Amino acid sequence: MSELPMKMMPAVSPETAEYWAACKRRELVVQRCSSCGVHQFYPRVLCTGCSARTLEWVRASGRGAVKSYTVVRRAVSEAYAAEVPYVVALIALEEGPTMMSNVVGCDPESVRIGMPVQVVFEDWSETVTVPKFAPAA
Amino acid sequence: MSRSLRGRTAIVGAADTEVGVIKHMGATQLCIEAILRALADAGIGKDEVDGLVTCNSMAEPYMYHAETIAEYLQIFPSYCVSVGAGGGTTFTALHQAASAIESGLCHTVVIAMADSLRSGMTREKALAMQSSTGHPQFERPYGPPVPAYYALIAQAHMHQYGTTSEHLAAVAVSTRQHAMRNPAAQMRTPITVEDVLASRLIADPLHLLDCSLVSDGGAAIVLTSRERARDFKQRPVYLLGVGEGHGHEHISAARSLTTSAAVDAGRRAYAMAGVGPKDIDFAQLYDCFTPVVLIELEDLGFCAKGEAGPFVAAGHTAPGGSLPINTHGGLLSHTHPGNPGSMFALTETVMQLRGQAGERQVAKADLALVHAQGGIMSSHCTIVLGGEDAA
Repeated sequence: MSELPMKMMPAVSPETAEYWAACKRRELVVQRCSSCGVHQFYPRVLCTGCSARTLEWVRASGRGAVKSYTVVRRAVSEAYAAEVPYVVALIALEEGPTMMSNVVGCDPESVRIGMPVQVVFEDWSETVTVPKFAPAA
Repeated sequence: MSRSLRGRTAIVGAADTEVGVIKHMGATQLCIEAILRALADAGIGKDEVDGLVTCNSMAEPYMYHAETIAEYLQIFPSYCVSVGAGGGTTFTALHQAASAIESGLCHTVVIAMADSLRSGMTREKALAMQSSTGHPQFERPYGPPVPAYYALIAQAHMHQYGTTSEHLAAVAVSTRQHAMRNPAAQMRTPITVEDVLASRLIADPLHLLDCSLVSDGGAAIVLTSRERARDFKQRPVYLLGVGEGHGHEHISAARSLTTSAAVDAGRRAYAMAGVGPKDIDFAQLYDCFTPVVLIELEDLGFCAKGEAGPFVAAGHTAPGGSLPINTHGGLLSHTHPGNPGSMFALTETVMQLRGQAGERQVAKADLALVHAQGGIMSSHCTIVLGGEDAA
């Protein structure tokens, strides 16, 4: 893991701490508004649907589908060069929200829009574990 | 809207610096050079400028950029501001400057932008600066370079509407055909759809020739009130409509990947100008990557959704086509020094509307639309410009 710190490590902030702590436990969590029931990602202090501050963390199923994707052939920086070609994708979670991630565990050429995927976790450091997605079994 | 800006201000000076690989000038110098050239074009001295709008440079940033440029020139404006909205910065600046003139904050504004992404910073640093547009916690860890963000949009458009790589390539080819007529353009060698498809894949489906340039250069314009515009030596080019649309900042938070806030920007600009897409003689559309032009053509009402690919492939946007697009060669083939990029679309439009575009002069150039977006199809600004007859 010596090259990993060169990657773009997420700088955890107070409102995202619970999200990253859950990733460390290998759980994907999103916010749910207890007033209107809508799920949202990324973490915020207000519900973007009804403006209420009644947000709670709920565990997501980890299932979703590829909304769009690209196979990156030229890495963004030296830290990512070893992984070329790698897939950057937008994942539509079963609960509704969209998140960016990598699709791993398959041939990059086999990724398609609509492909069902399941969250997997990659440890980057003592404190940071990053959620990625693999084809659903 | 309480007051319309329609026809209330006019561009009376416009100029570009040299563009491309400019090793003998830094970003600040390029900005000053652009201003001096635009003032010469307008036929005025620096002391007649009482408003200044700039955007920060990546290669030579200042905490307060416009103030630094004013100090460098030793001008003492009553309105002085740096703006930042990515590629849309240029026209957002014009919107603000026109509003400042109309509200009496100042009378004659210089808008100037320059950067040296090519010579003023290392390739790695330029890439890093540009990719910092991603969300620091929820996008950048996954390693997307800038082309990847736009590739996500392209892939979605292809999936939803059947747009093809050939359609994307047709944008690059059409743009290059315009650049071939512009002696200032960086890339003037003819290319074909096959050349684009044969260039290496950067982020599927985008090939190298689907991506814009990384350059040095700057440009500036002089904007003044309608009342004063006729006192300048050039024929005024009037701001007839302007509108913005802001949809998201990060692509993972976009409401749609294939329809953008260009819809809102265009609707607002058309409404102010009192015209529609059918009235436009030529347009300059932000072309950081080829799929952006297709979505802008659709969202600004030039084509129905999903029809822009075939529209471009049929030659409508090429020189002599029914709607010439990016008559200077755009960011794809003319030049692209980052945030200042669409300034060149503005100065080109001024030259076309004055009838001073030389070999590439569009036959009928009465009414033009210029559009830019910043972020990842995030913030949009549309402008409608025309000469005396349209105003």
